[in-house]
Amino acid sequence: MKYQPVIGLEVHVQLLTDTKIFCGCSTKFGSEPNSQTCPVCLGLPGALPVLNKKVVEFAIKAGLSTNCSITPRSIFARKNYFYPDLPKGYQISQFEEPICQHGWLDIQLDGQEGKRIGITRIHMEEDAGKLVHGDLTGLDDNSGVDLNRACTPLLEVVSEPDLRSSDEAVSYLKQLHQIVTWLGLCDGNMEEGSFRCDANVSVMPVGSDTFGTRAEIKNVNSFKFVKQAIEYEIQRQIDLIEDGGTVVQETRLFDPNSGRTRSMRSKEEAHDYRYFPDPDLVPLVICDEWVERSRTELPELPEQCRKRFVSQLGLTEYDAEVLTANRPLAEFFEAGVAAHGNAKAVANWTMGEITRSLNDSGTSIRECPVTPQLLAELLKLIDEGTISGKIAKTVFDEMWRSGKAPQLIVEEQGLVQVSDGGAIESIIDEIMAANAGQVEEYRGGKEKVFGFFVGQVMKVSKGKANPAVVNELLLKKLKG
Amino acid sequence: MSITVADVEHVARLARLELGADEKKLFAGQMDAILGYVEKLKELNTDGVRPTSHAIPVENAFREDLVCPSIGVDKALDNAPLKSGTYFSVPKVIE
Repeated sequence: MKYQPVIGLEVHVQLLTDTKIFCGCSTKFGSEPNSQTCPVCLGLPGALPVLNKKVVEFAIKAGLSTNCSITPRSIFARKNYFYPDLPKGYQISQFEEPICQHGWLDIQLDGQEGKRIGITRIHMEEDAGKLVHGDLTGLDDNSGVDLNRACTPLLEVVSEPDLRSSDEAVSYLKQLHQIVTWLGLCDGNMEEGSFRCDANVSVMPVGSDTFGTRAEIKNVNSFKFVKQAIEYEIQRQIDLIEDGGTVVQETRLFDPNSGRTRSMRSKEEAHDYRYFPDPDLVPLVICDEWVERSRTELPELPEQCRKRFVSQLGLTEYDAEVLTANRPLAEFFEAGVAAHGNAKAVANWTMGEITRSLNDSGTSIRECPVTPQLLAELLKLIDEGTISGKIAKTVFDEMWRSGKAPQLIVEEQGLVQVSDGGAIESIIDEIMAANAGQVEEYRGGKEKVFGFFVGQVMKVSKGKANPAVVNELLLKKLKG
Repeated sequence: MSITVADVEHVARLARLELGADEKKLFAGQMDAILGYVEKLKELNTDGVRPTSHAIPVENAFREDLVCPSIGVDKALDNAPLKSGTYFSVPKVIE
């Protein structure tokens, strides 16, 4: 029998606020355990949570960017369960009236038609603390609890079970990741858990319209692992059914080392959360004006930006996609175009030398020592014929090292391109005289030798000879 | 509405409570009486009435996203039955 996988994703997006969702403790990562805590996030009796307004603003922006409607009146609920990283014995979340509902994202896989993936809801909630196991001095056989992360603001984005393959799931996930990082809502760091994904996976016979029983896979912290985990789980369920077994609804943990998922027995009975409205938090009412104000504050989204790069700047789809991978990169490119004008040249250099140098040095585009303005100056020197494209790379490397302006580097190092026909001609004469054999070969029909002469001229001129002039003069002279 | 001993066992397990057989029977009866009392509400026509989530007519209480001093690890860990370094120490959690 052929099987059809059905996948829905629940994504937790950690928000880039300075403070926690219900108290003023800092959300800074990597501080001394439990140093960023207070009665609210420690869950001490009598402490009252107060909602961080920025979390609401971020949630509205996330909703608008994913085509959701914003719920005019939403409430917070308590999700009750016991776990050592959850000090209150309940997590403050949203249940019946989440802040955003009924959205969608369009995905596009290579060689396939576009597909719309529904977003059921986006709700706000607090994160739990962090548990550490094992090798900590003095902890012995116990686990350590660090509540610095407790009460950190999260958005949970729940998709409809509209995804039908691991590739679709990854494509959806990447798009969501791009949007929340583009908007500056989340740093997008999957390894540190700022953007994490649980996958609900089931299979059903092809042609059926009844979904199979699903398993929820947790702990998938890279795009690669999401693909692996889903593929493993699909096959596991198919094998199970083929062998006459049945899939049980359960939470499974992905193990990146083995590439397998395994049952998490500890969560077996945890699905009865007894949600009820949290009396400590008053209802959240969002008027139309607030929504519209947020909408005007939204930047151009990556998809719109990509389309504009193609239609207005004449980039290829591929280039536009690469240059909109993240917002600082797109902004760098646009600043370069504003300063220089030739979008294609700026695109090539941004995707080429700039990206290579950033990768090699592990620098982020925001700290790029060659600013868009300096890049534009460099391109102008090429346009004007002051330097060749080849010398430009040398100049670029020096710009990267020293941060100096290209004009200055060209002057200091005497890199001005030689376009003067007389000077180049005399170099050519010298070379032809010294390589009479090759001249004969060329004239005898071995045209490949031409490259040898170009190389020689460039060598003698230290790369400064204008290649166009060199080609023209060489042809003329060699043809005799 | 009739609360059974099995219902009591279920919620007791969720609340991590250990109850004796007598207690289960006792609580089943009491819970049944409480829920029966609330059932009276069904006699009213509540069409068009939004479920009450809060008893007071207040909405939108916010704080700005400004860092306030935390209480410090000593105070945070002061009531911990067991600690290690600046961690709370709890019986090992196995996944």
